Amino acid sequence: MSIEVGGKTLETDEEGYLVNLADWTEDVANVIAQAENVEMSENHWEVVNFLRDYYNEYQIAPAVRVLTKAIGKKLGPDKGNSKYLYELFPYGPAKQACKIAGLPKPTGCV
Amino acid sequence: MDLDEGASGVVKKFMYVNRKAPYGTIYALEGLEVVLISAAFDQDVSLAFLDDGVYQLVKGQQTRGIEVKNFSPTYRALEGYDIEKLYVERESLEARGLTEGELIVPVEVMGRDEIVRRMEEQDVVIAF
Amino acid sequence: MLHIVNKSPFEKTTLASCLAHAGPGAAVLLIEDGVYGATKGNAVEDAVRGALGRTAVYALAPDLEARGMKDRVIEGVKTVDYEGFVDLVAEHKTSQSWL
Repeated sequence: MSIEVGGKTLETDEEGYLVNLADWTEDVANVIAQAENVEMSENHWEVVNFLRDYYNEYQIAPAVRVLTKAIGKKLGPDKGNSKYLYELFPYGPAKQACKIAGLPKPTGCV
Repeated sequence: MDLDEGASGVVKKFMYVNRKAPYGTIYALEGLEVVLISAAFDQDVSLAFLDDGVYQLVKGQQTRGIEVKNFSPTYRALEGYDIEKLYVERESLEARGLTEGELIVPVEVMGRDEIVRRMEEQDVVIAF
Repeated sequence: MLHIVNKSPFEKTTLASCLAHAGPGAAVLLIEDGVYGATKGNAVEDAVRGALGRTAVYALAPDLEARGMKDRVIEGVKTVDYEGFVDLVAEHKTSQSWL
């Protein structure tokens, strides 16, 4: 499978996750978000950028519970809860947000 | 997605024993992935590093030249998964000329006798 | 002859056996987990140092770097990149991978 962004064809897996992490740009994120029916707001970007930072530091995408806790620590309890994150990413903060962030599917996320 | 703890709600003691060097075989990476997945089950998890397993934790790994993923930073994510019991066998470190300060993550270094004692306490021991 | 060892010397006896079988003029190349045998401060260092008088010992640099071992190489062990690996194979009439 693949997606088209700015005239370039980028390879994805069968679930729509980017195969090459280096292909990611903000434009790519917008294209994936559109396909997921997510309109990217500042709050969405905050989570997506948080995930990218997490991945750069630890080389994995975090499990939902870990993401929620880590976001709470960094951005406060208003944002570090699953209600807030599921409102932003209805199909799951880890799955949907990771996809938009260009990361692999979180380990342990069935 | 996180899974709820086992239907019984019983917390068991799990120890993952890591005995292989990274990269040469797939054991170290597979073991780490199993640990991350198992973290969703809210069990009492510990990791023991002995024999060549201590090499998994060495600082300064740079895998660009062999074109595989450097997974050593992932050990630092374990704390966020509430996995904080990392035991390293002193004899294994010493045989390889390594010291605690050369490891990428905070650990408890302990002698073989203490590793044995903790292994005996477990409900489940899984070796990689 | 070029002897190639890819197993950790702490896990297998491959390196010890290889060093015992390396004749005059032979070279030993350590790759993958075998590169731990090229490092100092450990229990196998003396055996490798002892072999250095008789045998040239090489270690593959990308494998040392991957394992965080590039600053620990025993003096006298030469590091090579992948091109150097190919050169070594080409220079020797025969090569043997110790499994």
